[in-house]
Amino acid sequence: MAITEQDVQASEDAPSVNYLNNGYGLKSWLLTRDHKRIAVLYIISISIFFALGGLFASLVRFELMTPEGDLMSSDTYNKVFSMHGIIMVFFFLVPSIPATIGNFLVPIMVGAKDLAFPRVNLLSWYVYVVAGILGTIAVVGGGVDTGWTFYTPYSSTYSNSNVILAAMAAFMAGFSSILTGLNFVVTIHTMRAPGMTWFRLPLFVWSHYATSLIMLLGTPVIAITLVLLMLERGFGFGFFDPNLGGDPVLFQHLFWFYSHPAVYIMILPSMGVMSEMVAAVARKRVFGYEFVAFSSVAIAILGFLVWGHHMFVSSQSTYAGMVFSIITFLVAVPSAIKVFNWTATLYKGSIIYDTQMFYVYGYLGLFLVGGLTGLFLSSMGLDIHLHDTYFVVAHFHYIMVGGQVMGYMGGMHFWWPKITGKMYPDIWGRVSALLVFLGFNLTFFPQFILGYMGMPRRYHVYPDEFQVLNVASSLGASILALGYVIPGAYLTWSIFKGPKAPDNPWGAKGLEWETTSPPPTFNFEETPLVTEEAYQYGPIEEH
Amino acid sequence: MADDHHGPTVRIYLAVFASLMFLTALTVWVAFQDLGMFNDVVALGIACTKATIVILFFMHVKYASRLTWLLAGAGILFLLILFAFAMADYVSRGWLGMPASHYLQ
Ligand SMILES: [Cu+2]
Repeated sequence: MAITEQDVQASEDAPSVNYLNNGYGLKSWLLTRDHKRIAVLYIISISIFFALGGLFASLVRFELMTPEGDLMSSDTYNKVFSMHGIIMVFFFLVPSIPATIGNFLVPIMVGAKDLAFPRVNLLSWYVYVVAGILGTIAVVGGGVDTGWTFYTPYSSTYSNSNVILAAMAAFMAGFSSILTGLNFVVTIHTMRAPGMTWFRLPLFVWSHYATSLIMLLGTPVIAITLVLLMLERGFGFGFFDPNLGGDPVLFQHLFWFYSHPAVYIMILPSMGVMSEMVAAVARKRVFGYEFVAFSSVAIAILGFLVWGHHMFVSSQSTYAGMVFSIITFLVAVPSAIKVFNWTATLYKGSIIYDTQMFYVYGYLGLFLVGGLTGLFLSSMGLDIHLHDTYFVVAHFHYIMVGGQVMGYMGGMHFWWPKITGKMYPDIWGRVSALLVFLGFNLTFFPQFILGYMGMPRRYHVYPDEFQVLNVASSLGASILALGYVIPGAYLTWSIFKGPKAPDNPWGAKGLEWETTSPPPTFNFEETPLVTEEAYQYGPIEEH
Repeated sequence: MADDHHGPTVRIYLAVFASLMFLTALTVWVAFQDLGMFNDVVALGIACTKATIVILFFMHVKYASRLTWLLAGAGILFLLILFAFAMADYVSRGWLGMPASHYLQ
């Protein structure tokens, strides 16, 4: 719209108008309908929550340096770990990749000008921001102490903290992700460029499609569950209170019906990032493309049938436990397909050891450990011993941080030149990726041992013999934090001082690399025509 | 995609509204009748009928494309999964000769 005749005539290799310099005012950002600008708004806002959640994490690790509860009271500690969990899950992990990298790339990868509903996309960001403000009010105004899981009857009857406000915030954040999911499903179904068949879609798009299905099918359930919780707490309804004919375990069923699939909302997009990066760093087509694509869908569907593995010791029937346990073992199959196929893609690839490669290797290692320890926990007998111990904490951090955040960080590095049009110093990228990997393992591997030895989660006072491992974990956490602060610094630096990025700095395949860096407002000068499958990497002379 | 050319008319909206009001009144009336084990069945039956009417007419699903039907159907399927697997727990407690809570005693 704002493009003048002159701009159109500008030189073909660098059109002067791109989505970033097309308007500078605050209004041009806050009322934008451009999916790329909305992605940038999301990047800024989720970074704030990532920092806030990280702050609570460091308070937890500080407190756990000593066996005594000397830094804070038990009540405060309950609030600190709860707010770490609530902020990280609902305000960082769930939106992190879909709302940022996904928002930016899904329309470009399918060859569209924007998402199907640009206004709905902007609305989702505003809903997210309002949810974030509510959450912040809950935190500042006294905090929440239920844990991120809001289990009844504690949350509905006994807790004296801001449960309703925090639940409301999570409820609204859910709507934001429903809107994003809806937008992706419609866009992928109806707005693919000519020639872009389903099996030519990049695997990133497949994984976002699967993620969107979970968002659409699962998120309404958590929303209603939180409404039931608020009604029970505010008005004394009897859904979960046995005295009124309710059942507290019902809450766990409803909660995990969403919250287990939510794990896949968090991990599937980062698997999409992995597929793109593996192909680019190995310069090969992803091995078994169809299997990787369908494994995303299989994970999305099977993921809905396993929630009872969180409830083996909750008085759930042994029969139901067995069913949930068996299906949980089955989910390992599509996850393993992905890991094996990425590894097979690397085999005989011409591998480039840049920052993305470090994140690819890091992801493979950490996700493997996270996934396999999930099988420990889905074995009913072993879970009796490990339930609610640090083993569980370590397991899901290997998935959430080792998998999801590695994917997010790797993806941010991979597409940073595309998003900002600037290059970052690769050496610092590699150094910080290495710090993340080392710091992460030092933080969370000791927690497997602590959990196996019987240290329960959510306590800040522990026996003396656990101190060495806890200090190691806290030490690792500070290295891990450094691994996140350094990219924050050099990526910000690169926006202002970094060298200009070429259109395709990695020599990668995909529609996003065929447009300029940063892309023009409507993504392409003219609608692309797709004539080949994804990842058609040629022989080596290309780089 | 040629689905928008005949949406619901105002008459249909009014009819839907009237039937929803009638069913609401029916719910209230039925709540004062003792139907024994059918108390819940009737209440849920009326609620499901109302939800169906809302989905078909107010949410325009009746006039929408097959893809919309598929997605709405998927939503109902997953709701049934929620009920089925949660009931699998409630129905089977005490099967296999051991209540799950026996580990906790
Ligand atoms: Cu789970």
